[in-house]
Amino acid sequence: MQLPNAEQLLVELTEKMRPDVATNIALVGIYTGGVWLAERLHQDLGITLPLGVLDSSFYRDDFDQIGLHSQVRSSNIPFKVDGSHIILIDDVLFTGRTIRAATNELFDHGRPASIRLAALIDRGGRELPIAINYVGTTIVLSEDKMLALERNKNGKLNLSLYDRVNRNSE
Amino acid sequence: MNNNPQINRDGELQHLLTTEGLPISVLLKILDTAESFVGVTERDIKKVPLLRGKSIFNLFFEPSTRTRTTFEIAAKRLSADVVNLDVAASSQSKGETMLDTVNNLSAMHADMFIVRHSQSGAAHLIARHVKPGIHVINAGDGRHAHPTQALLDMFTIRRYKKDFHSLRVAIIGDILHSRVARSQIHALTTLGVPEVRVITPKTLLSNKVERLGVQVYHDMAQGLKDVDVLLMLRLQNERMLGARLPSAEEYFKYYGLTQEKLALASQDAIVLHPGPMNRGVEIDSAVADGKQSVILSQVTFGIAVRMAVMTILMGN
Repeated sequence: MQLPNAEQLLVELTEKMRPDVATNIALVGIYTGGVWLAERLHQDLGITLPLGVLDSSFYRDDFDQIGLHSQVRSSNIPFKVDGSHIILIDDVLFTGRTIRAATNELFDHGRPASIRLAALIDRGGRELPIAINYVGTTIVLSEDKMLALERNKNGKLNLSLYDRVNRNSE
Repeated sequence: MNNNPQINRDGELQHLLTTEGLPISVLLKILDTAESFVGVTERDIKKVPLLRGKSIFNLFFEPSTRTRTTFEIAAKRLSADVVNLDVAASSQSKGETMLDTVNNLSAMHADMFIVRHSQSGAAHLIARHVKPGIHVINAGDGRHAHPTQALLDMFTIRRYKKDFHSLRVAIIGDILHSRVARSQIHALTTLGVPEVRVITPKTLLSNKVERLGVQVYHDMAQGLKDVDVLLMLRLQNERMLGARLPSAEEYFKYYGLTQEKLALASQDAIVLHPGPMNRGVEIDSAVADGKQSVILSQVTFGIAVRMAVMTILMGN
């Protein structure tokens, strides 16, 4: 199938978010793809609060089934979470479980005033009551497909589609 | 071919009993995972929900308040339920065998045992005995091994020195009785440290240690030359004076780490000690509290490393 151009989608997502940019907005990217997007959004939207990064592995609900993810990165939230207006950034929104885990982790850093969600792609298939505030585009995919954001050595983003083999993250 | 009871058929860590024979991939996974937990231990809420609902038993057949406390804190920060059993003071004194104690606790649905014992091999015996799905961590057995101490030392070294491949490391003190030294030597070698030295009086050297490929020195001035990392060992005062050493004062004179002796090592050398320290015996206060000492960092990192080990075991 023809996949959308990730760079084009990022431009559209940036413009959808721009009207809501304010001095009290903070961005938090979810590893790995969400961090790439958040770095670009942070710069292009001129966000003043420092960028946060999050690896939700310690909060996932599938630890009992699959153990710890093979590579856990360190979360870093370099702004005061209490009272902040956070926009979580992920690459592909699917079941919603990552967003649930990330939200729980944020609450262990403080009590945000609000959390919104932005993703490059919403592929449907939600298993939790999670809604999205800013989205590049929506694609319907069958469950056995995995949509992955990749970054080449020039920093350009692109999307690839794989068959799902023992997939354990979203 | 499973000679290594801590690794299962899929190459995953089931128990942590010794650093001997652990593949480098397992060591690095523990160190990398610990790195992420350091971030957690620096937050206001120093807790993650990973091991909610799991029961971890601290089985200390030999008293050790400090090690037991660090395991307890690590387990609590992972949201596990921790039960401390001062076994020396309870069942054992009533005549119950170690394996009966373990059976009883397993019947209470234990998920993990942290074992400290004065006999070498105690944790291995328990690991072989427990049902699949129950994990064992060796928190020190006799003169044999103390793997989590060695791992937190490796973590501390990597934090300060970045790369193992260009380091000269010296282990200093009572090699003969030290389970810590043995675990350190295996871990350092696997991680690619090219030169591991031991500096020890002749009466405190074990010939088994020489066979592990270390260079042996009996003189601090020679042994410390160009060393990047000094791993001090605790002199087990209570066991040794009179028998193997004339006096603590004499030990300090020849092997105690003073600023003067430390100046013989590399300029940016770091000093580690597993605690509790005997100030004025194996280490001078000026060094212990000095700017090259990373001893308190070891304590902080020890929590993150133990969190990593518990999480990796429980996930396998």
